[in-house]
Amino acid sequence: MAHDGWIEATGEGDAVVLRAGGEWRITAAAALDAKLGALRLPPARHVRLDLGGIEALDTAGAWLLLRLKRALAARGSDVTLENVASDLAPLLGQVEKGPEPAPPPPRQNLFLDGLAAVGSHTEAFLATAAGQLGFLGIVVSRLLRGVRQPNRIRLVPLVAHMQRTGVSALPIVGLLSFLVGLVTAFQGAQQLERFGAEVFVVDLLGIGFLREMGVLLAAIIVAGRTGSAFTAEIGAMQVNEEIDAMRTLGLDPIEILVLPRIFALVLTLPLLTFYADLMGILGGGALCWLTLNIPPPIFVSELHNAITTQTFWLGMVKAPFFAGTIALVGCREGMNVARTAESVGRHTTSSVVQSIFLVIVIDAIFSVIFAWLNL
Amino acid sequence: MLRVSGLATRAGGRVLHRNIDLELHRREVLGVVGASGTGKSVLLKTIVGLMPIESGTIEILGRDIGRMSEAEFARMEDRWGVMFQDGALFSSLTVAENIAVPIKERVAMPKTLLEEICALKIALVGLPADSGRKFPAALSGGMRKRAGLARAIALDPPLVFLDEPTAGLDPIAANEFDRLVLALKESLGLTVFLVTHDLDSLVAIADRIAVLVDGSIRIGTMEEMLNDPHPWIHAYFRGPRGRAALRAADR
Repeated sequence: MAHDGWIEATGEGDAVVLRAGGEWRITAAAALDAKLGALRLPPARHVRLDLGGIEALDTAGAWLLLRLKRALAARGSDVTLENVASDLAPLLGQVEKGPEPAPPPPRQNLFLDGLAAVGSHTEAFLATAAGQLGFLGIVVSRLLRGVRQPNRIRLVPLVAHMQRTGVSALPIVGLLSFLVGLVTAFQGAQQLERFGAEVFVVDLLGIGFLREMGVLLAAIIVAGRTGSAFTAEIGAMQVNEEIDAMRTLGLDPIEILVLPRIFALVLTLPLLTFYADLMGILGGGALCWLTLNIPPPIFVSELHNAITTQTFWLGMVKAPFFAGTIALVGCREGMNVARTAESVGRHTTSSVVQSIFLVIVIDAIFSVIFAWLNL
Repeated sequence: MLRVSGLATRAGGRVLHRNIDLELHRREVLGVVGASGTGKSVLLKTIVGLMPIESGTIEILGRDIGRMSEAEFARMEDRWGVMFQDGALFSSLTVAENIAVPIKERVAMPKTLLEEICALKIALVGLPADSGRKFPAALSGGMRKRAGLARAIALDPPLVFLDEPTAGLDPIAANEFDRLVLALKESLGLTVFLVTHDLDSLVAIADRIAVLVDGSIRIGTMEEMLNDPHPWIHAYFRGPRGRAALRAADR
């Protein structure tokens, strides 16, 4: 039958005997630690630590015993271990060797650390911006070479990427645009109803979707769906050293991996935008018909009055810029992946955040330019 | 300590092991070798309960783990430690916190004592004292393996499974790791199930050798393996690398 670990002190004056016994295991370590803490020993020159009663010992138990021995020695006592069973000796010897006290952790100052964090984040932000510009430069130079030698453009990957970034995105882009159109029309109608001007919901929908929402929705969905996929795909190749292998084989990863993706997205995002415009207006139209008693013929004629071809083009012109940004950010983050799996995840997140951020910034810039031009 | 009888496993629809019998005695190091794809790691994972048993029994410390309820199995799991190939440290925790994970799960103990025990384990596996504060990503491959071993022995289990502890290490680090395993076996009284490809490691620390061939297993000492007529075993131990390892050990 196993006994819990125990320790007791006997003797007095200059010769104290500490007798330990029972099971000194990690499961009892907390209790033993408390017992050792409560142990009051008279200051004695000689302490004999009698381990004869110990039935089982593991490293935690051995550590407690040796810690006790060290504490006594630090008080100036002369400690000897007695009755050490032969099978315990190697363990005690091994534990005796370590550990050295760990060096104290570096001092922390919350204010300075905060300041340093702001500084390093700013630096990282600027470095990202510079890196992005540099990457844009590399891609443009490859692009020009591609234009001079069109036979270097790889058609099969281009089509494959168009399929994955465009055709496969149709259901989700369509569904979301339809729903957003529905909700926009509903909320708009609630407000316009108060002025008896429900019919202007059609203007709201037409202008809102064609100029802003269609392209933004498509771009944000694509950033989440395709930008992240670009980063993960290229990142996984980076982890697997495939990119390095390509370089040693004299192949240019930018030309093989990046250019087809950028081309594909620049070609498909405008198409997705058109589709999103259509589905959004369809969603709004459905709501108008079902709840506002605006039948489709009136909806269409009202739409004709509200929008012009220019309205359509003002939204559409942004799509290639958004597409280029998303593809560029996605590919660059993928190329920057370090050789660990977690780095792929980090860069994928960063790719999505950066590309949505940039899409909205670029959209704002377009708005300013259009306002200047009175469009 | 560990007894496997009539074990069959299947991975991805393919039969990997047909009939595995092996027995591991107290304080023994059993080296498990086999060609790639013979299921060394699958065998290890099956024994520690990560993969299902097709048929046969696995007894650890006299108890059949195949017939245990999940709760009983969870209670048994502190009786063995597993060191995975690259340490498999939790990357979001520091090395010391990694070692503390199994301890905190099982035992309530004051924070200072826990820190002391983690520092002790770090010293036991021969890592420098300041590595406890570091994150796994900041360690070299050899150090990560040592940290993985420290986590495996956090609760002083009697049985330790090592999956290719010397793979990917340079010869000096591999040699040091062998010596570390031997020293810990002596001092902590470990029984070791060692999956390896490393002949030097086998010669240095294995008491007996188990070879996985043809879905079955052959166990014996190094001498018995050297005299085994099976073509794969012959090629393995009598090939140029095997001879070199034996010559090095003789010297």
